[in-house]
Amino acid sequence: MLTYKVQPKGAVSPGMNTCQGCMIDVIFRNALDVLGPDTVLVIPPGCAAQFSGCGPEASVTVPGIQGNLENSAAIATGIARGFRHQGNEHTHVVVIAGDGGTVDIGLQSLSGAMERNENILYICYDNEAYMNTGVQGSSSTPLAASTTTTPAGKPVNSKDLIQIVMAHHVPYAATASVANIPDLRRKVEKARDIRGCRVLHVMSPCPTGWGYPPAKTVEVAREAINSGAWVLLEYEEGKIRLGKKPSDLGHVEKYFALQKRFRNADEEDMRRAGAHIAERYAWLEKMAAL
Amino acid sequence: MSTPRNTPMNTPRTRKVLGPCSHVLVAARTGSWRTERPKADEALCVRCGTCARYCPTACITVHREGPPLSFDWDYCKGCGICANECPKQALTMIAEGSEEACP
Repeated sequence: MLTYKVQPKGAVSPGMNTCQGCMIDVIFRNALDVLGPDTVLVIPPGCAAQFSGCGPEASVTVPGIQGNLENSAAIATGIARGFRHQGNEHTHVVVIAGDGGTVDIGLQSLSGAMERNENILYICYDNEAYMNTGVQGSSSTPLAASTTTTPAGKPVNSKDLIQIVMAHHVPYAATASVANIPDLRRKVEKARDIRGCRVLHVMSPCPTGWGYPPAKTVEVAREAINSGAWVLLEYEEGKIRLGKKPSDLGHVEKYFALQKRFRNADEEDMRRAGAHIAERYAWLEKMAAL
Repeated sequence: MSTPRNTPMNTPRTRKVLGPCSHVLVAARTGSWRTERPKADEALCVRCGTCARYCPTACITVHREGPPLSFDWDYCKGCGICANECPKQALTMIAEGSEEACP
């Protein structure tokens, strides 16, 4: 039984130790609001781990477990199968993991769960590095971004998680952003009503690791969408549906200028990053036209 | 420790809990982090709710009547996202402890 010492806001405790300007709270609150109380969370270590509780202290009103970085999808599989064995078809098993626990370390267990089409919802909030341990680069870190392990800027492009997910032919996958909360809620709602392995990839800029004032989180996320660095899309029944075309596709200068992690990026880096973004978008457009 | 809970069918009414279990919902007083606080211009605010939607701590309440906004100062971290996102620029960030903030 949960003892309430404070009144939660939605299903989340009002005072979370997430950094000033961090929007993970908003992702949790909106996702749990849409999913309802009949939900079980699996959270690997990372910034979101504090939502799985610390000692006797809980931060969300739904039950959850903190797993390991590499096996969150496997733990969720076990929970979902256990529920099925008990005849429980109604409880949502939801993983909320960071990009390190999804794109790097947890990729194999997620891949297995997607292959078996387990009945889980996997939400990855992507802050493009290992922010919780002090901004180490992950494979989601974009080209030219400076982290403590890539101090001169990352020399290669990031992994394209959503295309890896789409290659597993899951029933539903989508990207969302904290810059568009109604869209995020709609996508969680859609994912809730589908059975099988559903994956949501949500961009969540990090003021601490990306080096911008906390007030600019939503602005940075919006600029990422405008420049095409983050593409909003939905994948359903083998069809890709792209969101609105980015207004400034391939022009990353404004997006880069907002963040200190790109302070070492020269014109050549910007050209390469812009070219990669434009190329990727053109490829997605071709796939969406099929 | 064993706890009674709402169990699905075919399972025993009581279950053993293995390992540490979080059972007290608590909150950190994040309001103490604040160095700036938002101040609403009541004449400019159109009660659209954008600030409340994007507030990370959900500490803004939009009212239909009377003063448009109220803030939960126990938890507002003073990040300034509300002031940055306000489409009418009705919110400004003022220094915590200034005369304007504590009239």
